[in-house]
Amino acid sequence: MPDVAIIGVARTPFGRFPGRSALSLGVDAARAALADAGVAWNDIGFAVGGSYEVDQPDAVVGELGLTGVQFTNVYNGCATAGSALAMASQTIRLGDHGLGLVLGMDKHEGGAFTADPTEYACPAWFGEMGFFLTTKFFGMKINRYMHDFGITPDTLAAVAVKNYRNGSLTPEAFRRTEMTAEQVLQSRMLNHPLTQYMFCSPDEGAAAAVVCDAAIAHRYTDTPIYLRAVTTRTRTYGAYEVHTPSSPVEPAPAPTAATAQAAYELAGIGPEDIDIAQLQDTDCGAEVMHLAEVGLCADGEQNELLASGATSLQGRLPVNTDGGLIANGEPVGASGLRQVYELVTQLRGRAGDRQVGNDPQVGLAQLYGAPGVAAVSILTR
Amino acid sequence: MTRVPIAEDLFTSTDEPSLIGGRCAECGAFTFPVREGCPRCGAASVERCELGSRGTLYSWTSQGFPPKLPFRGEWGSRDAFEPWYVGLVEIPGTLRVEALLVDVQEKDLEFDLPVRLVLTPFRTDPDTGDEIVTFAFTPDEGSSGA
Repeated sequence: MPDVAIIGVARTPFGRFPGRSALSLGVDAARAALADAGVAWNDIGFAVGGSYEVDQPDAVVGELGLTGVQFTNVYNGCATAGSALAMASQTIRLGDHGLGLVLGMDKHEGGAFTADPTEYACPAWFGEMGFFLTTKFFGMKINRYMHDFGITPDTLAAVAVKNYRNGSLTPEAFRRTEMTAEQVLQSRMLNHPLTQYMFCSPDEGAAAAVVCDAAIAHRYTDTPIYLRAVTTRTRTYGAYEVHTPSSPVEPAPAPTAATAQAAYELAGIGPEDIDIAQLQDTDCGAEVMHLAEVGLCADGEQNELLASGATSLQGRLPVNTDGGLIANGEPVGASGLRQVYELVTQLRGRAGDRQVGNDPQVGLAQLYGAPGVAAVSILTR
Repeated sequence: MTRVPIAEDLFTSTDEPSLIGGRCAECGAFTFPVREGCPRCGAASVERCELGSRGTLYSWTSQGFPPKLPFRGEWGSRDAFEPWYVGLVEIPGTLRVEALLVDVQEKDLEFDLPVRLVLTPFRTDPDTGDEIVTFAFTPDEGSSGA
């Protein structure tokens, strides 16, 4: 069965772009990824496009050229890009096509996401009462986690400080101003213990990757990056997840844990081998919990990891090296491909001012979102 | 003015109200609210039951900004916004349930605090003038704390 290589990546700036459509951002990302790979749109055998707001990401063909390409649109919540990448990987492994484009794009209004609760199997009253809010869930979940494992507010603030600092070194990031821990902790309390500057914002942007059968990758590049695994899972009975009116008293691990375990098994790689990670930091608490859920530390070790700088750019395990969602915001369809862009750029050693110091060989990207879906990808040089 | 529940089959409107949930006839797992399928075993044989009215505060958070629609509470649109509190209440042996917390101050919100179910005014129906009530939890002063 063929292995899968990533031979080109690109992203647009993330932020707010009045007058720009999500599709036009997608076209920019697609063209730039094709250029990075040194391939023409005509050569692309298949494409997968992910978006929350755009019904038909495949409409980019109107700009890229009507080649008749097989183009599949996917949406899978915050794990959309993981599912798009998984579909592309399967298409190559099955031998259907040798060269494809994975594209994500979105354009959201500011403020927390909202939707019709009944479309998430939630009753209408749950929304009427103000419970259909991702931010409330993250506050509730991290508050208990902090109680159980001794995580401190200073650790939450340290995540934000690190991610804004990394964002200040990332030209395409949305929020590029550094912040002090004091500024983060003293900003408005949105959902205790999470303050305004501990959250990411839904925003706008696009990202893309060109993938191929690894056997032909060297035709295109001297620095292919290999996609060793990409897995997605939903929640199991017992997990307390976004948008659930109730959960069982018998706890179960969050979906990210099983998703990461499956990815490690597929890749034949363990958490001890990971040199760099991009984790879903919807808020600072999410980065803290996801560090443990993907196996990069034990519950409670995050205080020490953050305080010692282990997860900063020059640490032993850099995390969210482009500032993550906190500095980039979250255009849902593109967010996971932004992570892939960042991992590929770092693994190639081309991250410039924010290049990590540990000469990374293995990277992990993780996505998590409502109503309890996760995706994990493992990339190697 | 008539008091009407925010939704049918969510709680009993008695002096000592109880949440209404479901229990799987096959495996015994509880659900809230009532639904058809069992989230643990998948059997479509969930039967209506009362979940009780007392629990402990497993976790809590504040609501520091007015939620967007579909939120319809009246507190959010007042000129002077006042944060409110939401809890994840563990009803022993059954479930953890998300609920409003009323008549509490932040300094009182301790993990595992005993709480009891109350019905609380939520909004006024502009067409009928009915007072719509919903469920909430409040510190259980009568509890021994055990």
